Amino acid sequence: MPVSKAGTLFIVEHMNNERIRELKVEHITKRFPGVLASDDISLTVGEHEILALVGENGAGKTTLMNIIMGLYQPDEGHIYINGEEVNFKSPNDAFAYGIGMVHQQYMLVPNMTVLENITLGMKESWRTTKIDTAMVRTRIAEISRKYSLHVDPDAFVWQLSVGEQQRVELVKTLCLGAKFLILDEPTSALTPQETDELIRLLDNMSRELSIIFISHKLNEVKALSHKVSILRHGRVVFNGSTKDYSPKEIAALMTGHEVETTENTESPCEGAPALTIKNLCVRSDRGFLALDDFNLEVRQGEIVGLAGVSGNGQRELAEAINGLRKVESGSISFFGEEISNKTPHEVIGLGMGYIPEERNTEGIVPSMSIKENLILKDSEASRFSKAHILKEKEIEDYAQAARKDFDIRSPHINIAAGSLSGGNIQKVILAREISRNPKFLVCVYPIRGLDMGAAEFIHRQLLDLRKKGVGILLISEELEEIMNLSDRIAVIFKGRTQKVLMRDEANSSRLGILMAGVKEDE
Amino acid sequence: MDFIVNTLTLTVRFSAALLMASMGEMFNQKAGIFNLGCEGIMSMGAFLGMLIPFSIGGASAVPWYVNILGLLAATVCGALLGLLFGIIVITFRAPQGIAGIGMQMFGVGLAGTFFRSYIGGTQSITGINATAIPGLSRIPIIGEVFFTHNPVVYFAYLMVPVAWYVIYKTPWGLKVRAVGTHPRAADSLGINVTKVRYQSLAVGGAMAGFAGAFLTLCQAKMFNAGIINGRGFIAVALVYFGKWHPVKIFLGAVLFTFAQVFQTQIQIFVPQFQYYEFLTMLPYILVIVVLAFNRESNKLGPAALGKSFNREMRV
Amino acid sequence: MNNYKLWYKVSVITAAILIALVVGALIILAVGGSVFETYWIIISMPFKNMRSFCEVLTRMIPLMIIALGISVSSRSGINNIGAEGQMYMGVIASCAIALHCDGIPRIIAIPLCILFGAIAGAAYGFVPGFLKAKLEVSELLSTVMLNYAAAQFYLFCIRIPMLDPNEKTGTPMTARISSNATLTKFIKGASLHQGIILAAILVVLIYILLFKTTWGYKMRAAGASERAARYGGINVSRYLIISMMISGACAGMAGAVELMGVQGRAMEGITSGYGFSGIVVALFGALHPIGIIPAAFFFGILLYSQVNLQILTAVPPNLVSTLQGLIILIIVAVQMAINNPYSQERFRKRFFSRTIQDIRNTSDICAKGAKEA
Repeated sequence: MPVSKAGTLFIVEHMNNERIRELKVEHITKRFPGVLASDDISLTVGEHEILALVGENGAGKTTLMNIIMGLYQPDEGHIYINGEEVNFKSPNDAFAYGIGMVHQQYMLVPNMTVLENITLGMKESWRTTKIDTAMVRTRIAEISRKYSLHVDPDAFVWQLSVGEQQRVELVKTLCLGAKFLILDEPTSALTPQETDELIRLLDNMSRELSIIFISHKLNEVKALSHKVSILRHGRVVFNGSTKDYSPKEIAALMTGHEVETTENTESPCEGAPALTIKNLCVRSDRGFLALDDFNLEVRQGEIVGLAGVSGNGQRELAEAINGLRKVESGSISFFGEEISNKTPHEVIGLGMGYIPEERNTEGIVPSMSIKENLILKDSEASRFSKAHILKEKEIEDYAQAARKDFDIRSPHINIAAGSLSGGNIQKVILAREISRNPKFLVCVYPIRGLDMGAAEFIHRQLLDLRKKGVGILLISEELEEIMNLSDRIAVIFKGRTQKVLMRDEANSSRLGILMAGVKEDE
Repeated sequence: MDFIVNTLTLTVRFSAALLMASMGEMFNQKAGIFNLGCEGIMSMGAFLGMLIPFSIGGASAVPWYVNILGLLAATVCGALLGLLFGIIVITFRAPQGIAGIGMQMFGVGLAGTFFRSYIGGTQSITGINATAIPGLSRIPIIGEVFFTHNPVVYFAYLMVPVAWYVIYKTPWGLKVRAVGTHPRAADSLGINVTKVRYQSLAVGGAMAGFAGAFLTLCQAKMFNAGIINGRGFIAVALVYFGKWHPVKIFLGAVLFTFAQVFQTQIQIFVPQFQYYEFLTMLPYILVIVVLAFNRESNKLGPAALGKSFNREMRV
Repeated sequence: MNNYKLWYKVSVITAAILIALVVGALIILAVGGSVFETYWIIISMPFKNMRSFCEVLTRMIPLMIIALGISVSSRSGINNIGAEGQMYMGVIASCAIALHCDGIPRIIAIPLCILFGAIAGAAYGFVPGFLKAKLEVSELLSTVMLNYAAAQFYLFCIRIPMLDPNEKTGTPMTARISSNATLTKFIKGASLHQGIILAAILVVLIYILLFKTTWGYKMRAAGASERAARYGGINVSRYLIISMMISGACAGMAGAVELMGVQGRAMEGITSGYGFSGIVVALFGALHPIGIIPAAFFFGILLYSQVNLQILTAVPPNLVSTLQGLIILIIVAVQMAINNPYSQERFRKRFFSRTIQDIRNTSDICAKGAKEA
């Protein structure tokens, strides 16, 4: 077996003895082809300290943490623990020093049990021909008791909810002997209430542990951390003590300019119904009912925000509307026409626009050019082809115009769309959908992972469309985005409409309670 | 009666090759590698299994250890070819399907080239003979069906529980399952995804090589360039059929060998049946039918099957 | 400044060719052949005289036709390993017609026979396409299995229902096809036949199909990203099946042309592995109709060398199929290596220097694929 006995002893030894009084990174630089992900970064975290690391997406937060964990090797710079230089070649070395990380996307193997997932990291339980499961069980029980984090070791990971999976991640990291926790956007998939609970838990833990906490939600940063460091374009632009700054000041430092939020300020409109969904039932990939008797109406010239923790049927709803998923029962009426179980082609033909969740795999064909992606839905339209022969000149002109109108930043339109940044990919998709003059638009997580500039651009485009009388269904997990843009807000929980609120009735705590599945009249 | 006993006996004996090959392929696929090159690796195994006893003893009987040496050579060569495949699909991250076809052509071609030059034409060897187990083999019917085989057959069957134990009960099996399902998670826990995948390719290749040698040493007792005749591909299909579980794969291997033996036995026992090509087709058609009616198994497979892993490339 | 990328590509390709040559040389040495003599025979013999050059061109015909079909299916996201079986079906169908063309004028008989070959191939290509699109059966496995089945069916046909009535030795083969259905040779005594015209026409047609029509556009979109194409309203399964039928039709036509231009009767081994070589040709030609022409020429040379190796050297002709497998492995690895930004970067670091400041300046327009989320 490839596990060295020496390595095992090493881990145990460190776990028993050394405390991490100080973790220091100095002048860390990491290049990816063409990108400088970390640029001369220096940070220090002391014992029992909570450092918040903030920055926009792509600022290099995760890269830096992966370097500390030994997943990436820095091109330049050093890491010191208690003043002594360390050189982590693999996460095993980081574990040996008691550093553990909970990644943003949970690193749990879905078809294995909680116990097996933890065993995977606990190399001291590995024997040549068998696994010492008793040892793992004992350790899990210890950790669960100590931090009151209950997990069922024999449950399969795929059976667990997002919140439970996160608990497993925490238990796993602690079982591996972590005294220094790195948490990468731990609250991104939680409801506001679950988030509060986690923050309380982490606050308690900080009596025994040191924590680096990555987030871009500034109220959490404010609530939890002692120190804050802000990254922008791979560089540390600010270090300070959290209590001295307001969230607004931190936000300004994060983006490099004052943040202007795009808001829908107009009064709710009274257009005719555009999309009416009644008693809709749809199955998920795993076969259970992801939408169960779902009802919703969106009128023309109205933005309806659908709030909810992801995984409560949002994806299935968007796919069912667009003909991509089979409808079991119920109806979807689009301007009076029944569209459930029509093909995507037919739905598109009726004037449905769609900004899908996964822009790289569902929104564009990454290896095809921007130009080709812009005509994805319209290659047969008389504007772009005649007798099935493509009109290259027209397509070229159209693509040039779209690039200008939508501010798609690329050297030319023949470049592969997949090589663009996330914001520009989203602009390509938006350009395609808006230029088709849709009667309705389904938007799923339209600004996820985008920097604030691109997000603002996209939000303005959505509000313009609304003004033109287009109905928009905005599915998002960012409550702020939903509250800023929507005329009405519907909350989805376990495939049902929990409640529909007018914009001025909604606030984040009320939405949070609804998202957690609590009925208001209970 | 003879027909039935013969068919069953040969099914038990000949299942060994398909069994070994598909167990090997299971290790590959559990780790996330789809190795269509199995056919080519088996070809080389079959050739080496023949070459060593033939060059020492020709058609006459050779000491038992020479045959074992042939099996060993085939196993080692299989492991090496598995590693070669690893270079292409793990290190270079080439698409596994088409690379597998390349591997198949390479292996079959190489075995054919060496065969032509070292052995020349069709020659037979004595191979490993069946030995009846004293006592047990005298039980009527059951004795002949189960207890008249050579030790290699029993060894192959032993591989089923062994593979099950390795996959589900050992740390290495745990790692294999993790890198085949969620390589990023394994990586974040300090498991070397590349290394585990190479190891599983070596194990899978070794078993395929062994299976090839079994064909020449214990089954056909000769070699020709087409000896594998799609068994490598059937082995790959069996892994799907068996839903990546050793016991179900074992049942599949027996079922397919039965189909194969059944059709050859009909050709022998019913010589007046003229349209024997349709019988020969049977196992191949059966594979397609079985795959077509096993739709849900696509969803049960290792989630990262066929996908290369790159730590720095985020999806 | 982007020079290093070009140099990188050149070095990767050079290295690949060297590896192929060295491995080939090792195999030749292992079977006791002379490396240079073997390579010299492979390269020089086709250019010795007109007749041998024509032999190469004759082998190019089925290679090109099959590879064109494979390029359509591969670009649509389905790997057709079944060209061998589709070719068998094409041979049988066109042979069934060609045997009875005696009273029919050539101008009708020849297209008719080719058409039947195409239909049979398309029908046989439909099966794996349908199985993949509707039942999610891996086309890699289903096409391979169908190859074995087709070979058996073909053998049955030429052994019993279509057996040459004058054949007394029991060799399974059909009678000679009608002279009206035979493709004419261009030069007396040389093998090159009219089939090359069909190959040329198909190059143009497939090029137009793939790059100038909405059908080709949709097929390529479906092949490049099945999911995005589906979200874009493209009926992916329909185009998957169509592309597989086009691919099968090409293989069927290749079978018909081989029958009508070269063999003159259906006998065992008529496909000579063209179905598999076609895969290599398509890959080597970068799945592009224009690239397939030189690729087919190169593999025509290789296939022709099988004949010469057998006559002139001790090297078994199986060497050629070994090399084909090796070339597939090398091509797929090289394609990945060429596009790998990390190795490009390492290459640049070693041979070209650039400061961090340069990277800062260019990092905004860089490839996102490599960037970390």
